[in-house]
Amino acid sequence: MNSTAKPDVDQVWRWLSEVPDPEIPVISLTDLGIVRDVEWQDDTLVVTVTPTYSGCPATTIINLDIETALRARGVEKLRLDRRLSPPWTTDWLTSEGREKLRAYGIAPPVDGTAADGRLLGRISRLAGGSNLVIACPRCNSTATEKISQFGSTPCKASYRCKDCLEPFDYFKCI
Amino acid sequence: MGAAVETVDRTAFVDWLQRIGDSALILGHRVSEWCGHSPALEEDIALANQALDLIGQCQLWLGLAAEVEGKGRTADQMAYLRDVAAFRNALLVERPNGDFGQTLMRQFLFDAWHIELLRALRSSLDPRVAEIAAKAEKEVAYHLERSAELVIRLGDGTAESHERMERALALLFPYTGELFMDDDVDRAVAAAGIGPLPSSLKPAWEQTVRAVLAEATLTWPGEVYQHKGGKKGVHSEYLGYILAEMQFLQRAYPGATW
Repeated sequence: MNSTAKPDVDQVWRWLSEVPDPEIPVISLTDLGIVRDVEWQDDTLVVTVTPTYSGCPATTIINLDIETALRARGVEKLRLDRRLSPPWTTDWLTSEGREKLRAYGIAPPVDGTAADGRLLGRISRLAGGSNLVIACPRCNSTATEKISQFGSTPCKASYRCKDCLEPFDYFKCI
Repeated sequence: MGAAVETVDRTAFVDWLQRIGDSALILGHRVSEWCGHSPALEEDIALANQALDLIGQCQLWLGLAAEVEGKGRTADQMAYLRDVAAFRNALLVERPNGDFGQTLMRQFLFDAWHIELLRALRSSLDPRVAEIAAKAEKEVAYHLERSAELVIRLGDGTAESHERMERALALLFPYTGELFMDDDVDRAVAAAGIGPLPSSLKPAWEQTVRAVLAEATLTWPGEVYQHKGGKKGVHSEYLGYILAEMQFLQRAYPGATW
């Protein structure tokens, strides 16, 4: 490509949709919903990214991957902006991304089930453990139980299937 | 910048941001001490994840503190190059880990306060404060669910676990009062509409803590002597040891990066 040409924004989005998430490589950064904006400001391409979790260690890798991918396509003047607000939510995971997660063995988030920190009405539930129904991504059984609120990365919880006995990750709703 | 920033005393605002950021940092560091030592692999992972959330939040708060201060410092310099008396974290978070139950009790007492603070800060007149709070609140909601759940399980568990949780509560409760004491810094920030008065968070905190303790068959300690000082930089001897470990690399190799 001519290095002075400005690829249109839709093209940049398509390129970004090919950049895998570094921790869950079956889904792309656009599947994950963390690319919030792509625009040209004069001759600089500005890509706005939102972090999933404040302390997600993949954030710097994600920025590096975006930069590498776009530079490889000939984008020379590039700026990455961080945007915190509105905060990332699993509602932004695309339906395609959810299917890819399931096929990969990670149960996708069940929307509307995020912890909200309002404990008073939930204490009896807490005492009895979570009643959230998460289907096993391997055998589809809903006889599953939570092992831990947190899993192999900040965005996941650990579950176990009582039918096929396999442990699996649940991409928790936030 | 928001209008609130123009009207608030800058030194008070920086101090106040450091209080929130430092509490997240020191608790994050404390919790990370469990890495590789937890009673079960899942707990190890959970604690490490929580530490990561807290340190991520600390980066945002101290980053903003550095920006408001306007002296060219960074979040890293604030974390690694201040000495004990410049830290503004609550005394509660520097208490030693003790056993697993004690760590969980400290986490629960803190989380129940943290969530109320962040919820109030979402309507801060300073948009930078509001957006960090909105981000952190979602993470802390999970921290609270987990710590409350484990306090209930251990409190209402075996005779041994119950006894340990009672002991942890008696040990840590005297460090919770500081979270709700208002001082000049808090009043300046509250008057500018940036943050709530700490005392205003007490009723909601107490309601949560009482309910969880009741479910855990643990006794609400009531009025007991409360320690204070952390918010003003007067710390227990523990903080020095934490900093010695946390800051060693930057002190020994100034400016080291990777």
